[in-house]
Amino acid sequence: MTYKFDFSFLAERWPAFLEGAWLTIQLTVVSIALGFVLGTLCAVLRVYGGGVVRRLIGGYVETIRNTPLLVQIFLVYFGLASLGLKLGAELSAIIALVINVGAYTTEIMRAGIEATGKTQLEAADCLGLSRVQTILHIVLLPAMERVYPALSSQFVLLMLASSVTSQISAEELTAVANVIQSDTYRSFEVYLVVAVVYLTLSFLYRFGFWLIGRVLFVRRRRIGAAI
Amino acid sequence: MNQFTSVHVIYLLEAARWTLLLSLIALLGGGILGLALALARVSRLPVLRVMAIAYIQIVQGTPLLVLLFLSYFGLSLAGYRLDPLVAAGLSLTFYVGAFLGEIWRGCIEAVPRTQWEASDCLGLNRFQQYTHVILPQAVRIATAPTVGFMVQVVKNTSLASIIGFVELTRAGQIVNNSTFQPFLVFLFVGAIYFAICYPLSVASRVLERKLHVAR
Repeated sequence: MTYKFDFSFLAERWPAFLEGAWLTIQLTVVSIALGFVLGTLCAVLRVYGGGVVRRLIGGYVETIRNTPLLVQIFLVYFGLASLGLKLGAELSAIIALVINVGAYTTEIMRAGIEATGKTQLEAADCLGLSRVQTILHIVLLPAMERVYPALSSQFVLLMLASSVTSQISAEELTAVANVIQSDTYRSFEVYLVVAVVYLTLSFLYRFGFWLIGRVLFVRRRRIGAAI
Repeated sequence: MNQFTSVHVIYLLEAARWTLLLSLIALLGGGILGLALALARVSRLPVLRVMAIAYIQIVQGTPLLVLLFLSYFGLSLAGYRLDPLVAAGLSLTFYVGAFLGEIWRGCIEAVPRTQWEASDCLGLNRFQQYTHVILPQAVRIATAPTVGFMVQVVKNTSLASIIGFVELTRAGQIVNNSTFQPFLVFLFVGAIYFAICYPLSVASRVLERKLHVAR
């Protein structure tokens, strides 16, 4: 049996793929930004917070990291709706992605924060910085610099995982592809194109994170060494 | 309307066996592919290295869901009957192979250089070096991250529900369709995943600590 590949749908549909990619970028950039804030906050509380807070955040991290994203998305979208809280598909997708990436960020940033040198904290104490000032000015940025590779690859993984939100009909790249393939019956070719778009996106994201790292971490840029 | 009863609980638990089976298939297939990729990645032949890198980059840069669709529709193009289990097993194998390949490469490279040199001096050939000297040590280093990665594998099998394979998540959807209690149902489904994955997470951490101390 021979199969003739037919990519002719591209001539007409290529703007839809680009639009889908743009939707995925919007969805994931918002989720990553919010998830990063949530995760960093949780990481700080996990290290410096009281016993109860620590335990709660530990429970949050373990729960999220040991259950599938798909089930989390279903819980937010269908589960909350059945409890009377009806959120749109996009909002549900963002909430689920933020909660998910927040848990991973917590764990990654915690490692970075815990690696802060004791002398750094003592020096901050001597300068009379308050707890909050110490965390903001001394701890956080170097902590982020230490774990930046793990952090950025986690964010790229989230971008790829966001394809799952197509299952609650959130509008993004995979959902767009699902529509196109049911219009054209060229399933294999459509998903081949989508794979290429995702591949491009993941390279784009990696490059973006590299640029952000260059801007953010002055020391690494100046002397070319991490801490 | 049906209530969520013990019948549904049993149905979900039975479906969890398919999740476990699929994870096992993915681990076995992905393990074999991953070992081949890891060895190719540290090979002395540039062609093999480049091919392995390209494969890993492409698969790691593509969502598992898209790989799943590609194997599902690709199999039908190749003239095979559409079987969700085969499609899911195949795409998970490709996916897991890429990640294990990269993890295991790191483990092989973490074996000290002197071990290579010493086994060279003893006159072992490349094959003997791997089987007697390098791999036994690499396996020790690889155990903790591999067990940790198994959590990802179990969680990722949930995507097989999307092409209609009745594993735990799909079973949850089916139960939900008859009971209309999504919050309860998916909470329970999530709890079963947690029951499978959490012990693996803990085991990975314990192994990491143990093997680290031993060195």
